[in-house]
Amino acid sequence: MMNIVDLAMIWAFIIAFAVFVYVVMDGFDLGVGLLFPLFPQKADRDTVMNSVAPVWDGNETWLVLGGGGLMAAFPLAYAVLMPAIYTPIIAMLIGLIFRGVAFEFRWRVHGERNFWDMAFAGGSWLAALAQGIALGAILQGVHVEGRQYAGGWWDWLTPFSILTGLALAVGYALLGATWLVLKTEDELRDKAYRLSWVLLFAMLGAIGAVSIATPFLHMQYAARWFTWPNIVLTAPVPIAVGCVAALLLRSLINRQDMPPFFLSLALFALSYAGLGISMYPYIVPQSITIWQAASPENSQLFMLVGVAILIPLILAYTGWAYWVFRGKVKAGMGYH
Amino acid sequence: MFAGFDAVVLARAQFAFTMSFHIIFPVFTIGLASYLAVLEALWLWTGRDVYINLFNYWLKIFAVVFGMGVVSGIVMSYQFGTNWSAFADKAGPVIGPLMAYEVLTAFFLEAGFLGVMLFGLKRVGPRLHFVATVMVAIGTLISAFWILSANSWMQTPAGYAVNADGQFVPADWFKVIFNPSFPYRLVHMVLAAYLTTALAVGAVGAFHLLRDRHLAGPRVMFSMAMWMATLVAPIQILAGDQHGLNTLEHQPTKIMAMEGHFESHPDGAPLILFGLPDMNAGKVKYAIEIPHMGSLILKHSLDAPLKGLDTVPRENWPPVPVTFWAFRIMVGLGFLMAALGLASLLARWLGKLYESRLLHVFALLMGPAGFIAVLAGWFTTETGRQPFTVYGLLRTADSASPLAAPAVGSSLIAFAIVYFTVFTVGVVYILRLMAQPPHPGEQGPEADVPARAAGITPAVEGVMR
Repeated sequence: MMNIVDLAMIWAFIIAFAVFVYVVMDGFDLGVGLLFPLFPQKADRDTVMNSVAPVWDGNETWLVLGGGGLMAAFPLAYAVLMPAIYTPIIAMLIGLIFRGVAFEFRWRVHGERNFWDMAFAGGSWLAALAQGIALGAILQGVHVEGRQYAGGWWDWLTPFSILTGLALAVGYALLGATWLVLKTEDELRDKAYRLSWVLLFAMLGAIGAVSIATPFLHMQYAARWFTWPNIVLTAPVPIAVGCVAALLLRSLINRQDMPPFFLSLALFALSYAGLGISMYPYIVPQSITIWQAASPENSQLFMLVGVAILIPLILAYTGWAYWVFRGKVKAGMGYH
Repeated sequence: MFAGFDAVVLARAQFAFTMSFHIIFPVFTIGLASYLAVLEALWLWTGRDVYINLFNYWLKIFAVVFGMGVVSGIVMSYQFGTNWSAFADKAGPVIGPLMAYEVLTAFFLEAGFLGVMLFGLKRVGPRLHFVATVMVAIGTLISAFWILSANSWMQTPAGYAVNADGQFVPADWFKVIFNPSFPYRLVHMVLAAYLTTALAVGAVGAFHLLRDRHLAGPRVMFSMAMWMATLVAPIQILAGDQHGLNTLEHQPTKIMAMEGHFESHPDGAPLILFGLPDMNAGKVKYAIEIPHMGSLILKHSLDAPLKGLDTVPRENWPPVPVTFWAFRIMVGLGFLMAALGLASLLARWLGKLYESRLLHVFALLMGPAGFIAVLAGWFTTETGRQPFTVYGLLRTADSASPLAAPAVGSSLIAFAIVYFTVFTVGVVYILRLMAQPPHPGEQGPEADVPARAAGITPAVEGVMR
């Protein structure tokens, strides 16, 4: 029995890891899409687009691993959650279609004004908001009866889920802005610096707002964070957020191109850890734990072998691909 | 608006619609990725410019097709949860790990090396770039392996047990993965991908040869594609026959629907060529049939008895007309492909491969045939296994999410609008790329040329020379 318990926890960690990698990796290329309307010049847009074109597809694959892995390791959670967040998921998928095809389609249209540039930005907004709303809808809890979702079709839409939707979009935009600081030069980089400033404060505001609102959703969340002795473990999270924010601010002031992106990633990691603290041990908050949702040991073990061998390999060749396209993206270079 | 509709029917329509759009792209990318690997290998081996020009030409088309395949594929991976959550809960422990392995072994491999394949030639040099191309090609094939294993398990489940919660749980992974119909389906599908791509490439070559028969690029691609059609089409017919015999063994009801055999034939069944299957009447109207041929094909004996749908309870009948007609479309196109292969062989033997306008028109018309045949084949196998998702064990009606018709209907309409606009535009862009012949000095989809700025270009060019 103990063995199964451990396996379920390992898998909860693996899924959480996959989702986190997705959030930060597709986060910056979605963020670039969110900021796209702020770059009216075609040359700038080409540069911005080229900074993510070689890697976006790999980034998005983590979303498929998150979804597929959830179905494989926690089929009950997948079966309950997907109908519960039906509309945001469909909206996200449609957003991802528009922005995904825009990477290739925009080079097939000539001229200053390009419908696919709008599709790239619009799709990124739709996907980012939908993901944030889905997160909020899951956090606030879903109505489960037996082995099925039993709530209504608009349960996902609440002030809290809208707040998390906006918060995630702001976070993605910060990742996008600091990515552009890392990858661009001259006026484009200046603009990315200015955006990073604004977005850092917006992000801190969003983290604050979600942190304040979450304990009001359920007593368990409040108890998890604010009772002794839990507070010994939870208090470092907000303190670390403050430290990282200060470092990020300093690197923006000193105009160092590299650190802001990685410090933004750290902000995401801390927020994500906060989410994990709130949710554990539930995978469907307040109704289904990771052990209740776990698929049989035979399924989880079979996949664990693959994960143990393949994830390091994947990280290695993905890292190599990033290394190949390292450095600044030059403006005005031909693409297609 | 959806008052008169059944949520399960709408969910099925949504799956059929999104799947039909999706399947087109992976079929083309499986074939194109291998073709690109061959072209690059030929370039590295011979150093002839025509191969790198063709490589860059098809690479741009590949990039567009691949992008559409990725985004339409993400929809599929989430649809099991959104519309088929009961299936996901019950079959997740078996199907889920197969899909997870597809992501881990195939999708990441493709995505990880795609960036280098599309944009990295000048950055990593030709040899490492070739490795990236091969990795992408291998990734597409591994992807076919896992997804067809998962689909085949749903058709011919094996190696499972059922637990207290009513979930299918794995008992023997080897039996799950290599379930009885999997080897046949895998071979049939990969050959279909290669054949489909060969016909598309051949049609593009023929199109440009019809305008100017002296163009080097179109001559090479036309010749390569016709070799492929000549060799693979007959093999595919053989593989299809074997797949059919396997289906007769494990899913006889599907064969009854494909053949339109409503009645049992104890003394040898006819082969119904055409007719109108009528499920209410329980017979094929206006049937044109060859006596005893059905038994000859399926049992390799003229008088072998064959059971009909009259031995199957009516609630287990698949929709016969769709299965019956989709099968005929697939087989008819298959024989046309073999005919094209033979015609090209004859023209080649007569030294008229690049001159025969008739052959070029034939090849041009056959351009979309592979895609249509693939769709028809999937309609045959997926309609024919109804009314089950896990064959004989889990009914389609018991697999759906607890959704109301308006929710499924709205998302179906949303997907329909988005798919028709986005993918229609994508196909137009692809056709525009195909309408241009490959040029000498054809450029690939270079993301940027910073290698020049970094000062390593001379070395790389030295290697390329």
